[in-house]
Amino acid sequence: MEIFLQQIINGLVQGSVYALVALGYTMVYGILGLINFAHGEVVMAGAMLALSALTAMIGWGAPPLLALPVSLLFAMAGCMLLGFGIERIAYRPLRHAPRLAPLITAIGVSIVLQNLAMMIWGREYHAFPQLISNHPHQIYGAIINDIQIIIVIMALLIMAALMGVVHRTRLGRSMRAVAENQHAAQLMGVDVNRVISITFMLGSALAAVAGLMVSANYGIAHYYMGFLLGLKAFTAAVLGGIGNLRGAMLGGLLLGLIESLGAGYIGDMTGGFMGSQYQDVFAFFVLIAVLVFRPSGLLGERLAERA
Amino acid sequence: MSSALLEVRGLKVAYGGIHAVKGVDFYIAPGELVALIGSNGAGKTTTLKTLAGLHAASSGQIHYNGLSLLHIPAHQRVAMGMALVPEGRGVFARLSVAENLLMGAYTRGDKAQIDDDLARMYALFPRLVERRDQLAGTLSGGEQQMLAMARALMSRPRLLMLDEPSMGLAPLMVKKIFETIKEVAAQGMSILLVEQNARLALQVASRGYVMESGAITLSGVSAELLGSDAVQRAYLGG
Repeated sequence: MEIFLQQIINGLVQGSVYALVALGYTMVYGILGLINFAHGEVVMAGAMLALSALTAMIGWGAPPLLALPVSLLFAMAGCMLLGFGIERIAYRPLRHAPRLAPLITAIGVSIVLQNLAMMIWGREYHAFPQLISNHPHQIYGAIINDIQIIIVIMALLIMAALMGVVHRTRLGRSMRAVAENQHAAQLMGVDVNRVISITFMLGSALAAVAGLMVSANYGIAHYYMGFLLGLKAFTAAVLGGIGNLRGAMLGGLLLGLIESLGAGYIGDMTGGFMGSQYQDVFAFFVLIAVLVFRPSGLLGERLAERA
Repeated sequence: MSSALLEVRGLKVAYGGIHAVKGVDFYIAPGELVALIGSNGAGKTTTLKTLAGLHAASSGQIHYNGLSLLHIPAHQRVAMGMALVPEGRGVFARLSVAENLLMGAYTRGDKAQIDDDLARMYALFPRLVERRDQLAGTLSGGEQQMLAMARALMSRPRLLMLDEPSMGLAPLMVKKIFETIKEVAAQGMSILLVEQNARLALQVASRGYVMESGAITLSGVSAELLGSDAVQRAYLGG
């Protein structure tokens, strides 16, 4: 029972991060029908930028409770700029190109960003400074620490705020209008390019938060950390139904839970033959299963042929 | 016609290797309701889309309110007072009726005035009141046409452009839509009405242009066009 509860907690923490990243994939897909495979690298950039800002500020003697939020804002601003630039440079010129072209470009952007990060921050793993106590709390024998509590609460607040923006504001209305019919949106006076830029920037800001969360939770950051995380978050978006915001959140949390429970029980299931190092198998097993049995995802509508 | 609200001279539009519009000239004076009629494929829709900025002109001039529109993107033309109700209506199916109307007011800032106009639209189209919180995709074709017109009016246009408002609608609904067009025109709005239903269009318009394979072949006041042999033969089945 403790194991089960522990895996649920771990799954929710990891799932919160997946959900934030999956939202970035799904927002861009919803508006452009494009899978931005460079999005995982934006998460990595967020972690790295936050780490650099944090290290600098701690070095100047700033108190951790000031340094942490300032680093987060710095990383968010940096990632928004990055997301804006990626769209302008790599995707906008290909807006009317065949679908394969921007997909290949996305992979190219991803490789470029990884290499840039390697040049800036090096190949080594960076230890993330321990600023918040990871004081463990016991819940019925399972353990959750302060960082994990903050991750889950922050993710939920951010997702609620995003839903508020998308469903209750003029900007959100124009985003949904552009997602549905770009020409009609233009006829309403919407500057479609501006809305697309804002969408990339919003998704990138969420990615920065996710990047900081992952590296704070695991205590490390690395130039390659975005690749697998990005693929898994993409899987989460597909699981929920790509293009659907609620789907991305649901898919993220579910994927976190599936992975975590899978890793917790794979030893028992295989009689000790496989261990929790096979955790990554589950995400991609889910991806394949969804694509085969329900390509539109859990909450998605009949847009499978667009994926 | 320097006092015209819209003046089009030598407009040519080509896309995908097709010369859809081959040099047309026409104008709309302030407060005028002008019909552009012609059969399917004559280039009427392309002309409208070019006026709205969705297609680029290959050559020629479009002057609106004395300003050249050629380098002004579509979304800025809305703020200048041009509104197009596109062929097929283009309502946002996954937005509610009320949200569609608010999208119409996208370029406007004054919340109180927008609320006033919302109330006016609901008075003009009572059917929309009952459905204000429904997704627009659940409306009937006629209701969607009403919504598309109301949405265009929400931008407070000076020039309203309508592309085939009667298409695919039941006769009763067509009647309702055209009554609304007359009502809006009577309030002094300039309207460019594109229609395949020539008789209907010429009955409400003061002047008309006949378009055939990308060129304007005939123009004049509506009564003349309705009586002309060429129009009778080609478009009025008589």
